[in-house]
Amino acid sequence: MKSFRILNRNIRDSFKSVFRNFSLSLASVSCTTITLIVVSLSIMLSLNVNNFTDIIEKNVTAVAFLDSDIEPEQIEKIYDKILTLDNIECGDVINKYCENVQPMDKMTISKEMMDSSDVLKRVMGEWDREESPIQDTIQVKVVDINLMSKTAKEIEQIDGVDIVKYGAGTIEKLVSTFVVVRKISIVAVIALVIVTAFLIANTIKITIMSRRKEIEIMRLVGASNINIRLPFIFEGLILGILGSIIPIIISIYGYTTIYNHLDGHVITPLIKLIPPTPFVYYISLAIVVIGMVVGMFASARAVRKYLKI
Amino acid sequence: MDLIMIRDVKKTYKTGTTAIYDLNLNIKKGEFMFIIGSTGCGKSTLIKMLYREEKPTSGKIIVGGLDVGKIRNRKVYKLRRKIGVVFQDYLLLPNLTAYENVAYALEVLGLPKEEIHTKVMKVLDLVGLKNKAKQYPNHLSGGEQQRVAIARAIVNGPKILICDEPTGNLDPKTSMEIMEVLEAINELGTTIIMVTHDIDIVKKLKKRVVLLDSGRVVKDYKAGEYKNEKL
Repeated sequence: MKSFRILNRNIRDSFKSVFRNFSLSLASVSCTTITLIVVSLSIMLSLNVNNFTDIIEKNVTAVAFLDSDIEPEQIEKIYDKILTLDNIECGDVINKYCENVQPMDKMTISKEMMDSSDVLKRVMGEWDREESPIQDTIQVKVVDINLMSKTAKEIEQIDGVDIVKYGAGTIEKLVSTFVVVRKISIVAVIALVIVTAFLIANTIKITIMSRRKEIEIMRLVGASNINIRLPFIFEGLILGILGSIIPIIISIYGYTTIYNHLDGHVITPLIKLIPPTPFVYYISLAIVVIGMVVGMFASARAVRKYLKI
Repeated sequence: MDLIMIRDVKKTYKTGTTAIYDLNLNIKKGEFMFIIGSTGCGKSTLIKMLYREEKPTSGKIIVGGLDVGKIRNRKVYKLRRKIGVVFQDYLLLPNLTAYENVAYALEVLGLPKEEIHTKVMKVLDLVGLKNKAKQYPNHLSGGEQQRVAIARAIVNGPKILICDEPTGNLDPKTSMEIMEVLEAINELGTTIIMVTHDIDIVKKLKKRVVLLDSGRVVKDYKAGEYKNEKL
């Protein structure tokens, strides 16, 4: 009962002192708000860059060109062999064919080419399967893009496969660029969170330093250290929550508006944005948690300084 | 049995300055004692060690059965609940009324509201401020603010009241009024240790007087013995 009374008082006092020290609270909340907006934007940007690179990586396709004189039944055998390779993952094979491994018959390719141009139609229209210089292909998507060259070599060794093309050189460059971009974005977010933590911590520290007298009195009248700390920790928590309100609103409405305005992609349909739901809610949760945790720790640390003798 | 026992206490600060040398002192329960001495003689260091704002470098200080030097930081509050402290600059919270300032000391202990009200009104009556309970510190005179500080220091019934120059900012008449309040508190059984520069008060009250000089007790006058000693 007594502990409950003390806790109750601590929470009540925390709310009171947020309003009593209004100008300092406002300074803390403003600082928290501004820094959390920056953090929120950087997290959203970083996650979108990661999402975009993931999509690109998943869509990189290798094409196995089969020998010109290959028989249709042999294509099936090659197809089955490709499925057994390590870096190819198919999950449930629906309608016989795997989503990540798609055979393309040379006649189908010819038809597509002829449909796209009258000139091609005139030239290619006369070719039958035997005469066509076009090769049958199997399109392959790999699980790990870093192992693309190894998988390509393995496919090439299968009997009946002429050559495998996957944009050698370009892919490696793309992968290494993505690795760098991801690293930069993660480092930037971590750095920003740390800077934010320091900024918020310092502002809250100043708020608490100005109330040194209050802490001194609490100690003099026999309040235990935890009883002195608790109201300040709650206060830090309240300031953190208040400071995260505007960043959350900006994240939810800002991101959703931008997403709708751009139809879910930037510049080309290839660069897709993460759909707002539930993305913005996760971001909001992260923002409020950062605000709360930093607020609480900053207060606890600032008070601790005055509890040492 | 002595309420406070100080044995061979020495205090050297981190800066290397020694404020107290081999100090021995016994204070009985219910005693009223003045500590006098010139500036820098170690008066404040001595009383700070009593309520564990400072730790003795060597020696032993026993306050109400607690070995002050051995109390851990997080247990200091147990000692503080046995001691009330009053300062020259009152140390009141400006945004709380006189009543709230006094009640504050009981709220941190988690007492029920009704009990707080009864106790606060009782001490405000004792210091003569019952009718000014709702006033804020800046609406009170220096003497009244000091009374609020005294009320706060004694509201949870400490055994010892330590006063660090409580009349330092007050005129002679108001100072005497504060002394009357302190005497009344002492008569109720609270041991009072008061640091002061005001020799007139010391002479008038005829209590035990300890004279400090350069961190040492140079004279310990029994009640009524102190006549006129230059500081």
